Amino acid sequence: MLSIKDLHAEVDGKTILKGLSLEINAGEVHAIMGPNGSGKSTLGHVLSGRPGYEITGGSVEFMGKDIFEMETEERAHLGLFLAFQYPVEIPGVSNMEFLKAAVDAVRESRDEEAFDTVSFMRKAREACTAVDLDQAFLKRGVNEGFSGGEKKRNELMQMMLLEPKLCILDETDSGLDIDALQVVANGVNTMRAEDRAFLLVTHYQRLLDYIKPDFVHVLADGRIVKSGDKTLALELEEKGYGWLEDEVA
Amino acid sequence: MTDLLSPQLNLETEVPDWLQARRLAGRATWDNSSLPTRKTEDWKYTSLFPLQQDFTAAPVSDASATELGLDLPELSGSRLVFVNGHWREDLSTLTSDAALEVVRFSEADDEQSALISEHLGTTVPSAKHLFAMLNDAALTDGVFLRVRANSKAQHPVQLVWHNSHSENTFISNQRLLVLAEHHSEASLVEHFSGSDNAFTNGVTELVLGPGARLNHSRLHLESPQALHIGGLHARLDRDATLESFHLALGGKLKRIDIVINHEGAGAHCQLDGIYLLRGNEHVDYHTCIEHAVPHCTTDETFRGIIGDKARAVFNGRIHIHPDAQKTRAELSNKNLLTSASAEVNTKPELEIYADDVQCAHGATVAQLDDAMLHYLRTRGISEEEALVLLSYGFINALVETQALDSLRDYLKPLLADYFGATAGAAAEQCANLTRHIGA
Ligand SMILES: Nc1ncnc2c1ncn2[C@@H]1O[C@H](COP(=O)(O)OP(=O)(O)O)[C@@H](O)[C@H]1O
Ligand SMILES: [Mg+2]
Repeated sequence: MLSIKDLHAEVDGKTILKGLSLEINAGEVHAIMGPNGSGKSTLGHVLSGRPGYEITGGSVEFMGKDIFEMETEERAHLGLFLAFQYPVEIPGVSNMEFLKAAVDAVRESRDEEAFDTVSFMRKAREACTAVDLDQAFLKRGVNEGFSGGEKKRNELMQMMLLEPKLCILDETDSGLDIDALQVVANGVNTMRAEDRAFLLVTHYQRLLDYIKPDFVHVLADGRIVKSGDKTLALELEEKGYGWLEDEVA
Repeated sequence: MTDLLSPQLNLETEVPDWLQARRLAGRATWDNSSLPTRKTEDWKYTSLFPLQQDFTAAPVSDASATELGLDLPELSGSRLVFVNGHWREDLSTLTSDAALEVVRFSEADDEQSALISEHLGTTVPSAKHLFAMLNDAALTDGVFLRVRANSKAQHPVQLVWHNSHSENTFISNQRLLVLAEHHSEASLVEHFSGSDNAFTNGVTELVLGPGARLNHSRLHLESPQALHIGGLHARLDRDATLESFHLALGGKLKRIDIVINHEGAGAHCQLDGIYLLRGNEHVDYHTCIEHAVPHCTTDETFRGIIGDKARAVFNGRIHIHPDAQKTRAELSNKNLLTSASAEVNTKPELEIYADDVQCAHGATVAQLDDAMLHYLRTRGISEEEALVLLSYGFINALVETQALDSLRDYLKPLLADYFGATAGAAAEQCANLTRHIGA
């Protein structure tokens, strides 16, 4: 599904990703852990096509296509979804307008029929309930004045409505209390499917108590320096990242 | 100076003495003045060069509503339509309303004439507003709206000033006087639309008595080539409330002066405005709120979106006189530039001479936010639709807070279409880009 080979990328002339490789197949759940500033969010931004990130080497294929040949919205149409670490506030555009526009665009690209207003409203309300957000949030500006946790739930709600193929969750668990963490975990677990994959970027092992990953990778200094199964996460929690950096050096 | 008056004097008609006196006074001021240049502080960013051409008198047109392309909101009350400044009875609808008297100056009875001559021009300090003097000098007719004391109008009154297409460039003179008597309530919509080759010189005066409440909207939906110099002058007596909403879609030269005078304690004014420019358009809003007495409040919000090579000017002055203690006044002006060649000159000016007041002002100029645009696109929304959503979202709040449902229903699709068309889309695609607005 996603094949990253020797990816190099820079921001503002500073090299952040330095030869990152990663293979993700349909049905799998991968977790990426790593110290602050190691390039985890950069990876998500690069995959989403955010302006300002320059690809200086390597390749990325998504659903068999060269991702860098596609516009950001085309990547979304193919099923790429990034839950932002810091979701953007868009005052003046209501959450409802935004969700309907997104779902219509994605369905249209798949030649699926658009939902009529009534059935979409129902779906949106159900999604609200599923992520434990009050329905009043549908009428508010996108993320406008939402708390950190509300923003994360809103990201999750979008993921549920868009039904992507590859879901990248960039620290969606950070800053959440245990109840909210369980909401996120439930959301992911119910969406797990044979034709869908997850890439969970997380700083803490605790999310992985609720979502069992198939693979755990450690990202340090712009590269995957170690991969393993879920026991690696526990090891990291215990020992920190220092021992890996020594190992790499 | 450019001859803006004499073409209009061809329209010589019999006018009552009181009106003739006003005409002559206006003419005397006009004849002794020269057009402001960009050296005049108030006209620093707006050139009157587009007025340097030959104008003719406004032609009479008998074109039908369809031929004129009239597209008006359905507001259900009286509608007065003027084409090229001339009254069109056939296009107008007058419904009776016990709270209202709507009459043209030329048709006014003795009592009405007395009220008109008592109040006309009292809101406009002559020396400062030269074009209002031109308006006086060329005055042959106008509209007088009286809202009777202690009564509430059932429906909004709509005044339409439409200019038709003509061979020659012409001037049309527009004048409205509203007298909202004490504790009256009414809504009023002024609508300007039409042709490329007209210069409208408009003056609207609002006189609010004690406790009067007036909801006023002034929509400038003229063509991109239109010329308009207009003034809205209001006086608020004690405890009066004025809500005034302004919208300007482009124009080659559009200069609107809005002057609100708080003259009685406890008066409140909510002033909102939207200006949207593209191409080579030029729109200049100069607002001035005079707080002459204590305990008055002003909430003023203007937002503009400027694209292509257009230029907007916003000057918002709030003047708090020494006696105006306990004033609360807030002014906000936000601008969004959607192209690198678009420009805006914004200047909020607070002049405070009283010490116990609460005042805030702010002006911002920003480009479209890349992070917002990217966020929308990561959800599959096309760049064009994202631009439409973000542009509409920038001004949305000002439309949503308008009190008249019927006006909101008219404005929302109109603005959505404007942004759809700005995104460079053909009609069919435009509908696709705007379909989620208000979902
Ligand atoms: N716009 C930017 N300009 C310069 N450096 C940046 C920019 N954005 C991120 N970085 C740097 O890139 C590195 C990786 O950042 P990031 O991908 O956000 O790390 P992580 O998500 O792993 O904490 C950090 O050193 C950060 O300071
Ligand atoms: Mg990060």
